[in-house]
Amino acid sequence: MSAHPEAAERHTLSMLVDNEPGVLARIVGLFSGRGYNIDSLTVSEVSHDSKLSRITVVTTGAPGIIEQIKSQLDRLVPVHRVVDLTVAGKSVERELALIKVRGKGEIRQEALLIADSFRARTVDTTLESFVFEITGKPDKIDQFVSLLAPLGLVEVSRTGVAAIGRGPDGM
Amino acid sequence: MMREMTGAEMVMQALIDQGVEHIFGYPGGAVLPIYDAMFHQNQVRHVLVRHEQGAVHMAEGYARSSGKVGVVLVTSGPGATNAVTGLTDALLDSIPVVCITGQVPTHLIGSDAFQECDTVGITRPCTKHNYLVRDINDLARVLHEAFYVAQNGRPGPVVVDIPKDVQFARGTYVGPENIQHKTYQPRLNGDPEKIRTAVELLAKARRPVLYTGGGVINSGPEASRLLREFARLTGFPVTSTLMGLGAYPAADKQWLGMLGMHGTYEANMTMHDCDVMLCIGARFDDRITGRLDAFSPDSKKIHIDIDPSSINKNVKVDVPIIGDVKHVLSDMLTLWRATKAEPDRQALASWWGQIDRWRARKSLSFQNSDAVIKPQHAIQRLYHAVKDKDVYITTEVGQHQMWAAQHFRFEEPNRWMTSGGLGTMGYGLPAAIGVQVAHPESLVIDIAGEASIQMCLQELSTALQFNLPVKIFVLNNEYMGMVRQWQDLLHGGRYSHSYSESLPDFVKLAEAYGAVGLRCHRPGDLDAAIQEMISIDRPVLFDCLVDQKENCLPMIPSGKPHNEMILPDHPEALDEAIDEEGKMLV
Repeated sequence: MSAHPEAAERHTLSMLVDNEPGVLARIVGLFSGRGYNIDSLTVSEVSHDSKLSRITVVTTGAPGIIEQIKSQLDRLVPVHRVVDLTVAGKSVERELALIKVRGKGEIRQEALLIADSFRARTVDTTLESFVFEITGKPDKIDQFVSLLAPLGLVEVSRTGVAAIGRGPDGM
Repeated sequence: MMREMTGAEMVMQALIDQGVEHIFGYPGGAVLPIYDAMFHQNQVRHVLVRHEQGAVHMAEGYARSSGKVGVVLVTSGPGATNAVTGLTDALLDSIPVVCITGQVPTHLIGSDAFQECDTVGITRPCTKHNYLVRDINDLARVLHEAFYVAQNGRPGPVVVDIPKDVQFARGTYVGPENIQHKTYQPRLNGDPEKIRTAVELLAKARRPVLYTGGGVINSGPEASRLLREFARLTGFPVTSTLMGLGAYPAADKQWLGMLGMHGTYEANMTMHDCDVMLCIGARFDDRITGRLDAFSPDSKKIHIDIDPSSINKNVKVDVPIIGDVKHVLSDMLTLWRATKAEPDRQALASWWGQIDRWRARKSLSFQNSDAVIKPQHAIQRLYHAVKDKDVYITTEVGQHQMWAAQHFRFEEPNRWMTSGGLGTMGYGLPAAIGVQVAHPESLVIDIAGEASIQMCLQELSTALQFNLPVKIFVLNNEYMGMVRQWQDLLHGGRYSHSYSESLPDFVKLAEAYGAVGLRCHRPGDLDAAIQEMISIDRPVLFDCLVDQKENCLPMIPSGKPHNEMILPDHPEALDEAIDEEGKMLV
C-alpha cells in the first residue's frame, strides 16, 4: 500500500451510540488501537429517554483509512449509526472556546478590539484580565487565538467540534 | 419465563435456556456464588481447567468443532487476565465464546480490592463486546444478549463481568425469547445487484479461482455444501486459507491445497495469475497476500464477507458483497442456474493445463530418510493411520502447524482447529480437550511441537480428570523450529535462544500425570508406534523425535509476491530471499 500513498483528508464523523458506561472508551480505544487520528472529539447525551449520545469525531486519513474507520465504528455493538458529514452533503460545524488573556494598558485595549471584531463575548473581567467566549468554525477560533497570542494569552479551553447536516433530514 | 431468583441462579438458568451443556472454568472468590448455584443443578456440566487460558482455548475447540457457543467461567483479577490470551485468539479467529468473569462487589470497584482488575477495560480491545453488570435486573438480558452477539454476524468472544453482590442479589429473570437486540442486526443477504455483477464476472472468467476462508466454516456446514456445489457447477479451482481447511474436500481434483506463506505453489501461482478471484469468507491477511502491491495484479476481485470492515482493509476489491456466506452462495447458485451461465470451457481447460504444470513442481515434496524421521513424513504416516476414522485435529503454533496444514488432508469442515490469526503457542492441547468434550467418541489429536506443548501442558491433568483420551503427537526437533527457521533466514543462522534447552522426559512427564507416554525415533518403528497410540483409550503423549534441522517449505519470503516462492528443490534460495524491507515484516 505504501507504494501508492493517498493524500490525507479531514472528515467529520457523527455517530449515535448507546449512552452506556465505557462506550466512549470503546471508540477512543478503537482509534488508538488501530492507529487512527483524532483531531477533535465531542460527546454528550442527546436523548435522555432513549439513552442515546452523539459523538462527533474529526479525523484525518487517506480515503481508504477513512472508510476503514467508518466500518470499524459501525460494527461496534453499541453504535447505532455512523454518518460521514464530510461526504453526506453540506453540514454546519461549530466549536466554542473560552480564552483568557492577561495585560494592562494598550494591550488590553487591543485585545478587546479584536474580540469585538470576532464577535466574542467577554464573560469574565478583572482589572488585568479577560475571559472571552467565542463560537465558530475551528479555523475562526484558530485565527482568534493566534491574534491574541502576543496580547497576553494565558490559556485556551476549546470544546471540540459539534456538527450537524444542513437541511430538513436527520442522520 | 419470568421469575425471582439470585444473580448466580440467573447465570445457571440463562446457560440452561441457551442450551449450554458444558462450560470450562476455574473457581475463585468472586465467582463462588455461581459455583454454588452450579452445585444445585445437573444440566450444565463443568470442566475444571488448570489455567484460565486453557479454559478459553477449550471453549474455542468446543465451539469450532461443534458450531455451538463455547462458554467460560472464571474469577476476577488473575482469572480474567489469564483469559485474555484466549479471548484475543477467539477474536482474531472469529470464534463464538461467552466468558463470564466474577468481579469484586460493586462498592469495592475502583478501590484496588483483592483480586480486582478493570476486566471490561482490559478486555475491551480483545472482545467483540463486553459488559459490566451493575444491576441485577439487567443480568438476564445481558447474558442472553451476550450469546446473541457472540454467534451472530462475524462471531467472536463476549465477556460478561458480574460483581459478587450482583450474584447474591435477587431480581427478575427473563428468558431468551424476548431478547431482541436493538442495534446489532448483521446483514445476512448480499446486495442482489452486487451478486449479479459477481456472477457475470465469474461467468466470463478465463482464469478464475475460489479463495475460501474461515468464514465458510463459521457460516455452518450448509456453506461448505454450497461451496462444493458451486465449485462442481463451475469447474473452478479452489484454494483455502489455514482457517478454512476442510470446507472443501482435499481429495477433490479441483482442490489446490492451502495458499499463502507456506501454501502450495499451484495455489499461490493460481492466485497470482488469475483474472477473476472470488474470495469467500477470508480477509486478505498478510500471511495470504505476501507483498501487497504485487498481489494478484491482473484480477478482478469479488469479496464475500459478513464483516463490512474486512472489505478493502488490505486489498481493494472490485465487487464487495456484505453478507453471510451460505446466503450469498445460495443466491449466486440460483442466479448462475437461472441465467444459464456457462464458463468458457476452452479457456478453463487451458487454465487447468497451466495449473497442472504448477502442480507438477510438487511443492510439498521433501527428502525422506531411513535414518531419521522427517516431520512431514510423520504427519503423512499419522494421516494414513487415522484418515478413515472419525478424527479431529488441533495444533499448536509453528513448523508442526504448517506441516500439519500441508500434509494432513481434511475432507469435512469443523475437523481442523488451529490458532491462525493470533498464532498462540499452547492452543492445541486445551483446544483438543474442548473438542473431545464435544465429541467424546471421536479420535482427537493435538499435533504439537516440543516448545508449544509446554505452554499449556498442565491441561493434561484436566484430560485425565474428565477421561478425555486426547492424543498429543509432538514433533520434537528440540528447537522452536519456526523461530530457528527465521533466524536462518534473517539473522545468519545465529540461533539466539531458540534451542529447547533442558527438555523434560516427555514419557515420564506423561506418566507423572497418569497419561501414557510413547517415544519413537526410528522411521521403521513409526507406523507401529502410531497404531499403539490410537489404540489406547486414554490420553497419550507421543514424543516423536524428528529431524532437528528440517525447514518448512515451500515458503513465500516476507515482502515477496506469490510468484517468488521458494520451493523445496531450491532451498538454498532461502539464504538470500529476504531483502532489507522484508526483514522489517513478520
